Amino acid sequence: MKQKVSPISTAEYIKRYAKRCITGPISLLKGLSVTVRYFFSPHKIVTEQYPENKKTLKMHSRYRGCLELIEDENGENLCTACGICEKACPNASINILSTKNIAGKKVLGKYLYHLGSCTQCGLCVEACPFGAIRMNQEFELSNESVDSFEMTLNKKEGRG
Amino acid sequence: MSLRRLPPGFREENIDLDTEEFFVNMGPQHPSTHGALRLALRLDGETIIEVVPHFGYIHRGIEKQAESMSYLQYIALSDRQDYLTAIQNNWGVCLALEKGLGIGVPERGEYIRVMLAELGRIASHLVFYACFGGDLGGQTALLFGFKEREMIHDILDEVTGSRLTTNFFRPGGSVHDVPDTFIPRVTSFLKHLEKTMVDYERFLSTNIIVLERTKGIGILSKEDAIAYGCSGPVLRASGVSYDVRKNDPYGIYSQLDFNVPVTYNGDTYDRYVVRIAEIHESIKILRQCIKQFPEGPYRGQEKASIRLKPGSYYSATETAKGLYATYVVAVSGDKPYRIHTRGPSFANLAALNTMVQGHKISDLVSILATLDPVIPEIDR
Repeated sequence: MKQKVSPISTAEYIKRYAKRCITGPISLLKGLSVTVRYFFSPHKIVTEQYPENKKTLKMHSRYRGCLELIEDENGENLCTACGICEKACPNASINILSTKNIAGKKVLGKYLYHLGSCTQCGLCVEACPFGAIRMNQEFELSNESVDSFEMTLNKKEGRG
Repeated sequence: MSLRRLPPGFREENIDLDTEEFFVNMGPQHPSTHGALRLALRLDGETIIEVVPHFGYIHRGIEKQAESMSYLQYIALSDRQDYLTAIQNNWGVCLALEKGLGIGVPERGEYIRVMLAELGRIASHLVFYACFGGDLGGQTALLFGFKEREMIHDILDEVTGSRLTTNFFRPGGSVHDVPDTFIPRVTSFLKHLEKTMVDYERFLSTNIIVLERTKGIGILSKEDAIAYGCSGPVLRASGVSYDVRKNDPYGIYSQLDFNVPVTYNGDTYDRYVVRIAEIHESIKILRQCIKQFPEGPYRGQEKASIRLKPGSYYSATETAKGLYATYVVAVSGDKPYRIHTRGPSFANLAALNTMVQGHKISDLVSILATLDPVIPEIDR
């Protein structure tokens, strides 16, 4: 798409050219003044010194990190192995293996969590009717081996 | 009549035997294509004759995946289409689901939605500012834009639990209520942003290099913009005053007082100006919301499983990029029969060929930056 340029006289052209020669550098200096001001006011810099501020760096309480079971001081969890979180998960990151206790009641055997496929959407926490799971504030989840992403969240079998 | 065979997508009628044309691939790994987008260029020297975009490098089949997912799970997928406007995509999907469920949103829930969506709009336009400045060669602008965006993402992080993939809205409201710190934080952020917007505009808007490289470049006429189905700032820069928030209001936008910025030249500079003006309008909307922020419930009645009445439901929302529409067909059960998304970046990309013809390669970079495409939304 070619531009239509209206014909102008030579005098007009020289006039415009001269004007731009003056206004151009001024506009550049105007922009540069912003840069220079930031250069002399280092308190405006917002960069975080990440590995150094590790101790003070806290995520917000709603931050969705790694999934965990809520446990009381005895290490008992509230999970009843109902499997609602398993169904709510969009990419099958949760597997619940239930077992039977001595009384013959269905209880949680293993709560398997695949961090590698988890997208941290938080739908499992929302779906849980017993409030047995939460997302913790852990954000340094990378690891050297793939095996570490396959977690068993519960330490004990459920009480039922 | 040509004896050569052109690469796929190019038109035969434009062939010119006087000069030697050649073809260049720009992308998929190119910093100024904003992602995995390949542009096949047909060049005469450095002048572009035609451009054919090739996309699909990160196609994930989101619409097909949705058919095997529940409605709630699809909301999490809508984050992953246009990640810069994730919160507005959530809203678009929820609007369609609410139509199918026949439920509304309490007043406080509506205000939460508008406020978060407008924060998201500012964040998206700041990324545009940053990338536009960066593509023109100004690294300072690139860092400036991301600096203020980071503050918005910190607010979103506190409210929703995630910076980008928010997954926050549900049919009938949102997952959580906003924390008590939300309103003071937004107030102080707006105060800060209004101050820095002066710096932003001083930095790029009157800079002679920016003016020389953007004025009169990549003109999209009003007729073409409508014919190609452009929406959002690209359409409004061509002189069409169409904004879903005004023309087909959803949420509480009909109760709020804001203007739709329109410019008439349709060139690269105008598309930049429209977006900067929209940031100011979003600040205006946010200020009104802070003033009127009501108490009360944030979410209507929760439903354990969401089952839509059989039928088809359509919702249209205005994201930062343009018209984002969701079409849901429900037959039975808690899974959709079909979900289709109309994405703004995809439709805006169609106008690229008209805009770049006759310009140089370096202009293509700035024109593509003002289309502000997000590739995961184009590919879906």
